[in-house]
Amino acid sequence: MQQIINFLIRNKNFLLFAFLLMLSLVFTIQSHSYHRSKFVNSANWFTGGIYGSVSSVQDYFNLKTYNQQLLEENARLRTIVSATKTGDESIEPLTAANSPIPADSTVQYAYNPAKVINNNYAKTDNFITLKGGASSDIKKDQGVITSQGIVGIIDNTSSSYSTVLSILNSNFTTQVKLKGSEHFGTLQWDGKSPNVVQVIDMQQQAPVTKGDTIETSGKSAIFPKGIPVGVVQDYTLDSSKNFYTLSVKLMNDMTSLGHVYVIENKARVEIEQLENENYEE
Amino acid sequence: MKNNVLKNIVRFVALMFVQIYLFNHINFLGYINPYPYVLFLLVFPFTANRSLYIFIAFLTGLTMDMFGNSGGVHAAACLFLAYLRPLTLRFAFGVSYEYNAIKLSKVSLYGRFVYISILVFTHHLVLFLLEVFNISNILYTLNKTLVTSIFTIILCIVFNILFSRRIE
Repeated sequence: MQQIINFLIRNKNFLLFAFLLMLSLVFTIQSHSYHRSKFVNSANWFTGGIYGSVSSVQDYFNLKTYNQQLLEENARLRTIVSATKTGDESIEPLTAANSPIPADSTVQYAYNPAKVINNNYAKTDNFITLKGGASSDIKKDQGVITSQGIVGIIDNTSSSYSTVLSILNSNFTTQVKLKGSEHFGTLQWDGKSPNVVQVIDMQQQAPVTKGDTIETSGKSAIFPKGIPVGVVQDYTLDSSKNFYTLSVKLMNDMTSLGHVYVIENKARVEIEQLENENYEE
Repeated sequence: MKNNVLKNIVRFVALMFVQIYLFNHINFLGYINPYPYVLFLLVFPFTANRSLYIFIAFLTGLTMDMFGNSGGVHAAACLFLAYLRPLTLRFAFGVSYEYNAIKLSKVSLYGRFVYISILVFTHHLVLFLLEVFNISNILYTLNKTLVTSIFTIILCIVFNILFSRRIE
């Protein structure tokens, strides 16, 4: 017994080191699996509050850009609205295909505005922190977009802050399709450039050309159909020669995000219930 | 003693603040963010209790992880740094160093450079191995470690020279 205690005392530094190392490795491994980083994240009052207070100062420097973006979005929406009213043929009327916010959104999707208070894009697993959480109806697994394109999926929420699993995260995947056809693939990120993402497993029959637009497929309950993602920059056949791998230049500038919309899918519970019934059978 | 504790707390808060608001957003060449917050652990009093030091290193790393949503990668990297510090001290400052009151501001620039470089490199290697978490990207990881280390080392030495002179 004496010897065991002596051993413990003699090696207390190493034991402390090993114990804390195990702890941090557990946190690390948790953070690398989707939806597991519950303990260490920036959606708590302390880190969220600090990010929030400093971001309110930084905002002053970006007001010009935000105004510009809002004006552009307003102008686009106004053109669409007036075209629908007057029946002007030269401007495309409001359809799901050309609108940043799909036409059927009034029924199924609700949009909550939120402000980005922290944004990362230089790591392999990037997260964004938003001001706005459970108290403003933001819940886990809701989609996040800007007027230009998709941003990510809500990962964790506290009462007034939330973290977003950015599309620039190796754990992020969602289904996307070519604009104008129904050929779909899976969107993911290789961790290299913050402007370029990859689409894998796109059927070889798909009519891909450089410059094509990629948009969300609406096959998941998170993003509605037709939200723009990016433009095809390059494509190659993968080693099996059956699927294309595309590299897609994002429409969104992920390095400068100000205000975003969080999408609430009202039919989500119903869709998931239905799908789960299928799996159980 | 009290003065020393206060000084370290101020240093911790100041370094964390510039790290989170300035250096985490540099993104030089798209992916390089230096981590000069490790300077807090590098200049932490050499005579301090080792267990306490290891624990403080863990908390420092965990704070960074909370702000960066990175799980426990900084905590693990800081632990390695803290555990290897006595070894590095002996290597960089020779056998004469034996927990005597050596001050970082009193040793030669060369010794300081060796000491900071070894620990920063170790820290960054562990950090990026865990952050990328993919052995097939090992070249990318090593490249990132090397380039980021160079920036962090330069910043640490500059900070160290700037601030140690004023304290004397």
